[in-house]
Amino acid sequence: MTTFGLAVPRWRVDRAGAPIVLGLVVLAGAAVFGGSFAGGQNLGNIALDASYLLLIATGMTFVILSGGIDLSVGSLLALSGVLTAYGARWGTLTAVALPLAVCAVFGVVNGLLIGRARIAPFIVTLAALLFARGFAFAVADEGNRVYIIPAGLTLTRLGQARWLGLGAPVWLALAVFAGGLVLLNLTRFGQATFAVGDNQEAAELMGLPVARVRVLVYVISAVLTGVAGVLVAAQTQSGLPTIGEGRELEAIAAVVIGGTLLSGGAGSLSGTLAGVLLLKVIQNLINQVGTLTAYYQQVVSGTFLVVVVLIQLRLARRRRV
Amino acid sequence: MTPDATLEVREVRKHFAGVQALDNVDLILRPGEVHALVGENGAGKSTLIKLITGVHRPDGGAVHYRGAPVAFSGPREAQAAGISTIYQEVNLVPQRSVAGNLFLGREPVNRFGLIDRRRMHREARDILARYGITVDVRSRLGELGLGVQQMVAVARALATDAHVVIMDEPTSSLEPREVDLLLDVVDLLRQRQVAVLYVTHKLDEVFRACERVTVLRDGRLAHTGEVAATDRLRLVATMLGRDVDFVRRHGATTFTDEHRTAAGPPVLRAEGLTRAPRLRDVSLDVHAGEVVGLAGLLGSGRTETVKAVFGAAPVDAGTVTVGGLRKKRWDPAAAIRGGLAMVPEDRKAEGVIPELSVRDNIVLAALPRLSVAGFVSERRRAQLVDTFVERLRIKVASPAQKVRELSGGNQQKVLLARMLCLHPKVLILDEPTRGIDVGAKAEIQALIDDLAEQGLGVVLISSDLEEVVEGADRVLVLRDGAVAGVLHGDGITEEAVMRVIAS
Repeated sequence: MTTFGLAVPRWRVDRAGAPIVLGLVVLAGAAVFGGSFAGGQNLGNIALDASYLLLIATGMTFVILSGGIDLSVGSLLALSGVLTAYGARWGTLTAVALPLAVCAVFGVVNGLLIGRARIAPFIVTLAALLFARGFAFAVADEGNRVYIIPAGLTLTRLGQARWLGLGAPVWLALAVFAGGLVLLNLTRFGQATFAVGDNQEAAELMGLPVARVRVLVYVISAVLTGVAGVLVAAQTQSGLPTIGEGRELEAIAAVVIGGTLLSGGAGSLSGTLAGVLLLKVIQNLINQVGTLTAYYQQVVSGTFLVVVVLIQLRLARRRRV
Repeated sequence: MTPDATLEVREVRKHFAGVQALDNVDLILRPGEVHALVGENGAGKSTLIKLITGVHRPDGGAVHYRGAPVAFSGPREAQAAGISTIYQEVNLVPQRSVAGNLFLGREPVNRFGLIDRRRMHREARDILARYGITVDVRSRLGELGLGVQQMVAVARALATDAHVVIMDEPTSSLEPREVDLLLDVVDLLRQRQVAVLYVTHKLDEVFRACERVTVLRDGRLAHTGEVAATDRLRLVATMLGRDVDFVRRHGATTFTDEHRTAAGPPVLRAEGLTRAPRLRDVSLDVHAGEVVGLAGLLGSGRTETVKAVFGAAPVDAGTVTVGGLRKKRWDPAAAIRGGLAMVPEDRKAEGVIPELSVRDNIVLAALPRLSVAGFVSERRRAQLVDTFVERLRIKVASPAQKVRELSGGNQQKVLLARMLCLHPKVLILDEPTRGIDVGAKAEIQALIDDLAEQGLGVVLISSDLEEVVEGADRVLVLRDGAVAGVLHGDGITEEAVMRVIAS
């Protein structure tokens, strides 16, 4: 008998990077700003702010793991919000079902064009980005009309509800995230998602339903973005076609900072959660420093992104040797 | 239909755009038999495998499997029917775990449809243990050696109830220890009455692991029979398409240890080139005006050797000295500056740029020396191109003609011209006459002679034994990535080369 490989599970720096940095940043923030940062009120705000991004980034993780990219989520967020506000006149059910149905259609079309017609994900979702943004403006009458969601509507009450100090969107995002964990790690679809992103040709030769996987990940991404859009609209009681610009890049950044390879095949949802929190905590800390403008948050996020990708590259190279 | 055959291929023919890839080829695989399939480039091995697994349809003939004629729609259907193929390149997902790879697409699930990891890991351990491999099934596949990866691929292929296993050069990137492991598994398959088609270039493995051997050459069945009744030398001769008795009568058989004494130091000296597992301690000297031939079967390390010399492939150890400049690490740009030039084996993939004109293709590599501050002198360029078109007798309507419109022979001359523009001291030619017509072949051979006469050192690789034997002043015979013998002067005969290969 011959023994190969390492029997001892190894400390995974590439996976643990974001949580470690997150921990350090939170500690530093608490030390410097004390209660104004670490107090329940502020932490609740961070969580609420992060919940929308977590929903989008969860879907984005599936897409990136499969070797793709979804640029359409920022625009879809706006479209979903506008449709929620538009549909609110017929009640809560329509206000939720309409945007989710439309987003699902976007996801299916994206997925079919990428998975079956084999057009590059970048191109397809860039087209969807333009299409969805235009559609959102068209529904909102070129932005001249703002649909208001009535305060008494069930949706508004649900969207603004708080349990245990955390807003409803936070609980929903956590529930979705937990579902994502199970889907990714404990189902054949999840395993196939990794395989497709890792080596598509091998996945095909192994008899995996490659096209179906590639369609489904874009549906997941679009529908979760739709959910985020509904929640944003419920929070603000309105649907604005201008929101969400650049959100797709923020979501991609969160996923990559969380240790998922942009080329697909390796990564984790827990990393994405850490990436999302890290971006939002940094944003919050910079807001605490009164003298810095919010733009410094982007400077810091950009720096993090480069550092994380550099570390990933180094690790990937060492693995290959 | 042969009564006890698991798989029988009868008189299959396949034609691709003007080439008869397979011409009335038969193959019979019996249960518990390991059948070697050998042949040089273009012999039709891959086409035969693809006909069996349904990638291609035969133009004529039939494939019978377990008593009935079959025509699979593709590898997936063939596999479902019990014909598994293990490819040369490991086709798995490297970033997933060993167990994940073994079970991908058919993971054991609990009653909620969720993957039962514990069971998956336990079953994975059991399966691998059956093949004598203990490995942490949770470790990432890509972190393990190629041998283990190949074994996982084998285990996966066999997890479906296979009656036929096709292995396409499974050991080409394995270490000797890993080869042993793989051959043990082959033995296990034999005991389980599986029919194995074992495609290889390594004669040792044919004689070690296989009962029967089929040799293909130029799409035809050149030989089939018991391995025990096959003579090594004759097998090599059959693969290369030479007649042993003819060679024996005509060739001299004296080995000489005497070194050719050329004036001055060698212009190119490579020492101890090693790249596990494909290249082991290969050394090579080339003097001015000398043609050094590299002979050996496909996969013996000829191309790897020249690529290492040229700095186009990494090495673990070894040095290359060109024109007194000694380096451990070359890259092609440094090699060219040092005076090396190489015309690669694959004209299409590594050589000509088909959409560019003959003129642009020729001067491509010489652009740096034709230009001043980044601007190319049109006059000097035209002059240079005209010289070479005339000297190499490249048949073109005009230098502005696109290279893809030229014949293979003329494309090869364009590549030669490109390299000669650089005034190299040593010219490396990898299969310079493959796939070109007889006339052009003779012209290129004459040209090689001329160039050597003018003082150029030449390294010549050719699968055409005659070309190496007649063209070279010295022949290095490679086998399994190492120099198996060196032939000089009168000692260079086709039989001598084959003897070294078969030894």
